[in-house]
Amino acid sequence: MAKTISKILLYVIVILGALTMLIPFLWMISTSLKTAPETIKVPPIWIPKQLQWGNYVAAWHAAPFGRYFINSVVVTTLSTAGTLFTSILAAFAFARLKFWGKNILFVIFLGTMMIPGEMLIIPNFVTLSHLGQIDKYGALILPWLASFFTVFTLRQTFQSTPDQIYYAAKIDGASDWKYLWTVLVPMSKSTITAVTVLQVIGSWNSFMWPLIVTNSESMRTLPVGLQAFTTDAGTQYQLLMAASTFVIIPMVILYIFLQKYIIAGISKAGLKG
Amino acid sequence: MLNEKPSLKSSAIALLYLLPMLVISITFHIYPIISSFAMSLYTKYDFYTDKVGGLGFDNFVYLWNDPDFHLAVKNTLIFVIAVVPITVILSLVIALLLNQIKFLSGFFRTIYFLPFVTSTIAIAMVWNWIYHSDYGLMNYFLGWFGIHPIHWLTDPNYSLLALIIMSIWKNLGFNIILFLVGINNIDDGYYKAAEIDGANAFQRFWNVTLPLLSPITFLVSINGVIGSFKVFDEIFALFQGTPGPGKADLTIVYYLYQKFYTEYKYPVAAASGVVLFFLILLVTLVQLWYSRKHVHY
Repeated sequence: MAKTISKILLYVIVILGALTMLIPFLWMISTSLKTAPETIKVPPIWIPKQLQWGNYVAAWHAAPFGRYFINSVVVTTLSTAGTLFTSILAAFAFARLKFWGKNILFVIFLGTMMIPGEMLIIPNFVTLSHLGQIDKYGALILPWLASFFTVFTLRQTFQSTPDQIYYAAKIDGASDWKYLWTVLVPMSKSTITAVTVLQVIGSWNSFMWPLIVTNSESMRTLPVGLQAFTTDAGTQYQLLMAASTFVIIPMVILYIFLQKYIIAGISKAGLKG
Repeated sequence: MLNEKPSLKSSAIALLYLLPMLVISITFHIYPIISSFAMSLYTKYDFYTDKVGGLGFDNFVYLWNDPDFHLAVKNTLIFVIAVVPITVILSLVIALLLNQIKFLSGFFRTIYFLPFVTSTIAIAMVWNWIYHSDYGLMNYFLGWFGIHPIHWLTDPNYSLLALIIMSIWKNLGFNIILFLVGINNIDDGYYKAAEIDGANAFQRFWNVTLPLLSPITFLVSINGVIGSFKVFDEIFALFQGTPGPGKADLTIVYYLYQKFYTEYKYPVAAASGVVLFFLILLVTLVQLWYSRKHVHY
């Protein structure tokens, strides 16, 4: 009897907690489908009389969200692909190749992970303005083409593949380059997926840097555009919530499909790092 | 082949593999670290000509005398001290509960983790609406308990609390995942042994789970402290580009942003970044020192 009660209590607490997590999302979607007068009803209504799908169209056209969306896709794709490329090569060197200064270099990079990224903003802004890249894709992408966190995670995985496979490939006459791309990378697929997804999420949601390096409307990414939209939309909460929804949705879909990789990636990075 | 020493040839080949990452890292990560420490010592700096008048501690003196910076440090510390312990305790409790559940446990995990993948800006807009003093959900729920409407975002006495509540909500999922991994890694044998010794559920938690989870708890707190010290996006979106009513939500990074982006005082901004770095370092070292005594590896 006591066991049943504690089991029920357990579920009640977990469900209440889950509701607390979900309510902001439900409230966002609910508001996004209301008419303006419905948003300010007291007590609040959860299900609008008629679902106002038109709010999504209105919000999308109220600001250049199409352009913001394209910018976000371009920046996220290029910076993720670039980071993967530079990190796979560097991780291979750290995991497999012999070179002078390997340990020192590794420790230096570990040390840089201690530095708050916000400190890098000012010098990077100066560098990129000297390069004439401010308010261009260059500024949005270039600083994010390398990530030591990704190198570190991939190195762990590369090191855990047995030496025999490497030597067998060597005996078969495969070069390091060929071994890396045809053997090691396919073998490390799940780690690579995990770091890719984490990169994509981080890049898609990043705000402070794109805010600082973009001036013109046409260069804004989605979070920056959404922030600017609040000033224009004022108190039209149904439009604001519709816009928030379409900024959030792509990552939620990605998350639902690739959940197991994300969680594996976080635990790997978190526990070893 | 295994114990081969590095040679000129092998080092040259490795350099080719490292090159793309090195070019980016040195330009955008390593050089800026040195540069921002240096910049914090610049006096009379002219951004347009990149000319430096001299070196000295003027910028740190400026920070020392600036009441806004004092406020920023104070707010940041309050934020860290409120957010980190509550997040750690709540996420540990939720992870322990989730671990007890079999039916729908995957579904619940998905929900708890959802805030982690969502854009801070987008979700802070939602919280801005939740905190609305007339039509927001927060005051509506509080009304059930007879609490009068609170001006969450316009009353300086409540706006930091509003930021803290939202941040805890946003950070929980990430920590829950780490705790769940830790709990699953605990060997069942310890629990069986404890049970044979007659330990009750609470004793098992206190003497087995908690000590064996201490490395994760340590990791989660370090992560939390570092992340919370750098809070910015949440403030910018929640208070629509202001540091809260009466600067009640001005934090160190927000201060850095203002000095850099709106006042063009680059060296002062760089100096505030240096202070941030040393504050984080100091707290991390204290945590390390504490963990040496209390964390069981």
